[in-house]
This record gives sequence, structure tokens and C-alpha cells, in this order.
Amino acid sequence: MSILDTKPVSVSKSSSYPALAPSSSQRVSTYIYQRPWLIMILLLGLPLFWMIVIYLGSLATLLLNSFYYLDSFTGLIVRQFTLRTYANLMTRANLDIVLRTAGMASAVTLSTAMLAFPLAYYMARYASKRIKGFLYLAVLLPLWSSYLVRVYAWKLILAKEGILSWFILQTHLDWLLNALLSAPGIGGPSLSVSAIGIYIVFVYVWLPYMILPIEAALERVPKSLLEASGDLGARPGQTFRRIVLPLAFPGVVAGSIFTFSLTLGDFIVPSALGNSSFFIGQAVLSHQGTSGNLPLAAAFTVVPMAIMVLYLIGAKKLGAFDAL
Amino acid sequence: MNDPAIPAVQFSEVSRHFGDVRAVDGVSVEILDGEFFTMLGPSGSGKTTCLRLIAGFERPTAGRILLHGKEVTNLPPYERDVNTVFQDYALFPHMTVGDNIAYALMIKKVPKTVRARRVEEMLELVRLSGLAGRRPAQLSGGQRQRVALARALINQPRVLLLDEPLGALDLKLRQQMQIELKAIQQRVGITFIYVTHDQEEALTMSDRMAVFNLGKIEQIGSPSQIYEHPATPFVAGFVGVSNLINGPAAEAITGSPATFSIRPEKIHIIARGAGVPEGMHAVKGQIRDVIYLGLYTRYLVEIEGGLDLVVVEQNLKTTSADLLTARGKPVCLYWNREHVRRVMEA
Repeated sequence: MSILDTKPVSVSKSSSYPALAPSSSQRVSTYIYQRPWLIMILLLGLPLFWMIVIYLGSLATLLLNSFYYLDSFTGLIVRQFTLRTYANLMTRANLDIVLRTAGMASAVTLSTAMLAFPLAYYMARYASKRIKGFLYLAVLLPLWSSYLVRVYAWKLILAKEGILSWFILQTHLDWLLNALLSAPGIGGPSLSVSAIGIYIVFVYVWLPYMILPIEAALERVPKSLLEASGDLGARPGQTFRRIVLPLAFPGVVAGSIFTFSLTLGDFIVPSALGNSSFFIGQAVLSHQGTSGNLPLAAAFTVVPMAIMVLYLIGAKKLGAFDAL
Repeated sequence: MNDPAIPAVQFSEVSRHFGDVRAVDGVSVEILDGEFFTMLGPSGSGKTTCLRLIAGFERPTAGRILLHGKEVTNLPPYERDVNTVFQDYALFPHMTVGDNIAYALMIKKVPKTVRARRVEEMLELVRLSGLAGRRPAQLSGGQRQRVALARALINQPRVLLLDEPLGALDLKLRQQMQIELKAIQQRVGITFIYVTHDQEEALTMSDRMAVFNLGKIEQIGSPSQIYEHPATPFVAGFVGVSNLINGPAAEAITGSPATFSIRPEKIHIIARGAGVPEGMHAVKGQIRDVIYLGLYTRYLVEIEGGLDLVVVEQNLKTTSADLLTARGKPVCLYWNREHVRRVMEA
């Protein structure tokens, strides 16, 4: 009916405008429009230059340095290809540093994933628009303050005279804390000087980097998939294991890349809350600074990179990127 | 096997409110075992919510739902013997076509060899043999539709729910799938409950259909009953095109001001002055607009009394060239009294 109801609209003859000569900005636009390769160069030129020259360039220099060695007699760097520095890296003390750091990174990654998943799931599935906005803010707000400030704030919270110890004393759980602190390897005189303290602060500072990618991944799972799974006879637990988890897995992997690599390279948290047991970041800092052993510092830096490459290959084998 | 006296689905006074919105408002309906039942209505009329109530994705605010005589009002979806074909197909993107189809059997822990055989049968039923190894993303829209159907049928449910399953397909494919769906329903012999807003689809496929409007059912009946005897002005307007005539125009034609409806294809259009057969309703008018549609021509005729009627006529003799001069012509319309339907005013 509606088609038939429309009456023809009369168009006045004077409605066309006289053609103007193209302005210079119009000519530039047309010139670029007709040359797609120019658009590509304009878009990618600067970032590509940055990536290739600055980033990959310094990585290559770093890699190159790790194949030189420090002459312990003269204290000079010998620019000669050798695997001597890597042999040095394989000593017991240095391997301990690597294992300690990788162990911490794994523990932090696992814990953040377990803490982040329920929150991300709630945000993606159940939260109303307002609560979701509030939760987003709550997750992101800590990132607006300096990371150093937050680490030192935690040092105060965890200190022997700090609020946490006070709370534990009030709830008569100090026996538990003391037992934890006397455990070999992870303990120390107080939470603010122990591996447990480092672990707590790492979990706190990296948690947002785990929540956001998981939330984004869960957000992309259509509700109808969960309904379809239930419709086909799966109980909620089975739906979670068969549908939700596999589809959220890329998000977990993305988040774990952040938490894992950030922990591997960090030197501030262990120096603020640790004892004399070094982490990789601290080793790099001291070798390239105080002892002037740039090759060994470089070799240490290669370790987290190698671990991340292996990690990504493993994740790919597990099918983490299949659902992308 | 099944007692045909017990309806497959029974709604008694079922309501589902979302806040102030009454999506489903006191609906009572019985859907018979083995029939192809369509819920037709515009978007927001409550038809999809009704389907979701049967599947168990929604729980009613009030009322009871029975499946094959057993109360399921508060049972979760995984404890109901119904399966659903979703509007967006809802195929699991991280699984192959074969794993998607086998999902219900995997959940039931059916042995792998049996599963593989059943998947083969299902693929054959929906004519997709050989595609078990593909991912859903590698399929066309029509193929995905068939996978969704196979996945929902493998569990041999007694009721299959279809939520606008052909909505995303193009016209040709949709018509082909309509025929295929109907054939599959007859082969597997289970109840199909089909939700659509496409009245043509509803008329073609259904054994019976319900027309929904504003959360209520306006009319339930066979396609021909609904089309030939629309019970309300809404049904008359929504199912097919209807001319509603009321007031003085109605009085001039039938002698009574009561509203009646007449289908466009039941109206004969002749030149003014040509003889009208005995015993017909007749009215004079003028052609306001003409649309040539290949198979037939649609006229918009303004009748005496100021109403516009839509008239369609098959192009038995006319050509598009004849129609150029038709606009503005005085004509006479007539139709058989028996084709007139009185409709209740809402």
C-alpha cells in the first residue's frame, strides 16, 4: 500500500549548483585517493620505522651483545663471537635466578587467571550496564596511579607493623602467618621482605591485564551458544567446560602473556620486597650497571624472550588461537 | 507409541513479563503431537518468547507448561525432551561440523562408533554428506542452517523448536528450505513448532498456525481458515493483504455499516459500463495507481466513499504497455458475496 500512496515529488530545475574549480585540498585528496599504495605508506610509515629501526634494531644489538664476552682480567668487552657468556649463564647461581623468576611468573599467572575469570565472567554475562561500568572503572582506576607508588604502598601494607599484620593478629591467625614465613624458599622476616610478599604484589599489579582480555573474550561468546548447549542436554558445568572455557581460552592466553612476561622482566617489585635472592630483572640491572658485564646482562635478557617464544608455541599447540 | 490424545505442548494461561512489558500475556494453546505448528506474528508479538518458554530458556511469570502431559514449567532446558534450531544457528565455532552434530550424544556419553554412525545418518538427512570435517565458518548460510537442524534432530526429540530458521537466507534458498523442512518433518514424524514473521512461510508449511499480536494469540487455525476467515482486523491485515471496508462505504455496498474484509485477488476489475453479473457486490471507482509485478498487476482503486482498495489481477491478457494508460481510468469493481468476511472491531 505504502508504495502506491507515495506521490511523485517534483524537483525544481534550479537545484543544481554551478561546478566550482577544485580547491588545492580537494586535489590532494583526489591524488591520494587514486593511489592506494600512498595511503598504506602514510598509515604504516611511522610505526614501521619505529618497529624496525628502534625496536628490532635494539633487539638485534642486544642479541649480538650476548655473543660477546667480558674479559675478567682487563674488564673490557671482547667483541668476538663466542658462547662463553651463555656457558656463564648456565652456572648454578644464574640458573637459580632463572628458575626462581619463571616459577614466580607461573604462580602469578595461574593465580591472576583464577582470580580474574570469575570477575570477568560476571562482568560479561550477568552485570547490568551500570555495574559493568563501575567494575570497569574499578579494574582500570589503579592503572591511573604510578606503579611505583602502588608497590611502595603495598610495602607499607605488608610491613611487620602494617595493617595486614595487625589484622592477622586481631583475628588470631598469626600462627598461620608465622608458619608461612618460616617456610624455606618463600618465607622471610616479614611479608614485606619475602617471596610471598612479592607474589602478592605481582598478583595485585598485573590483575587488570588478565581481567580485560578474558572479559573481552567472554563478551564475544553469543548467549545463544550457551543456550544451545543446554538445549542439547548439557548441564551448566558441562557447558562451561565444553563451550565457555574453550572459547574464553584465547583471552586467558592473551592475559597470561601479559602477566607472565611482565613478571619475567620486572625488577622493581623484587627489589622493593625481596631479599638477596635475585630475579632476572635485577640480574640484568646489576650486570649492565655495577659490574659492567653487558654481554651477561644481554644473555639474561634473552632468557625471558626464549621462554615467551616457547610459551606461545605451546599455547598454539594447545589450540589457544583456534577460536580466534 | 505416543497417545495422540495428549498434546505435545500445552500452555495454560502462561504469561511472561519483563518489567512492565507483557511479552506473553495469558496464552493458552494446545499443540498436537506430530503437527507442524507455526507461531506467526510481527516482531515483539511474543512468539519467540513462547518458543523460549517451551525450550526452558525463560520461565513463565504465571501459568503452567506441559510437554506430553508432563509439567515442565520450572525444569531447566537440559531436562526437557525438546531441541531448538536457533535463529543465528548458534553453531559452536571451535568444533567441526561433525562434533557440532554429535554434541548431544557426546553429552549423553554415547560410544564414539555409534556417534560417528548417527552423524553420518544426520548429514545424509540434511544432504551434507562429506562435510563432517569442516568448521562452521567454512560453510555457507544455507549449509549452517542444515547443520543446526541436524544437530537438533540427532537426539530424536519429540518436539523440535525452530526460531525463524530461514530468516537469514535469500529468497530462493528460503523457498527451497521450506519444502525440505516440511519433507524432513514428515520423514521424522515429530512435532515441529515454527516461529516466523513471514506469513507466506506460515501459510505454506503449517498444519495449524497461531497469529500473535501484543503477547496474545489472536487466532488459531489451519492456514486456509486463517486466510479465508480472519477473526480479527489484525489477522485480516497481517496475513496476506486485506481490504477493510467500514462506515458509509460498507453501507453503500452491503447495506450495513459493519466492517468487512475482502482479499485483493477476489475482486474483479472491469471497465465502467461493462455488465456486472447478478448477485455480486459492486462498487464504482477510479484507478489511482498501477504496479506491474510480472506475474500479476496490482491496482490501487479509490472507490466511492473515499476508501482505497488494493486489487490484484493476473496478467492473462494485459501487458505492461497497456498499464501505462490505466491510471485515472474509471472502473467498476465487483466480487462474490461469499468472499466477504465480517471481522470484529477490536
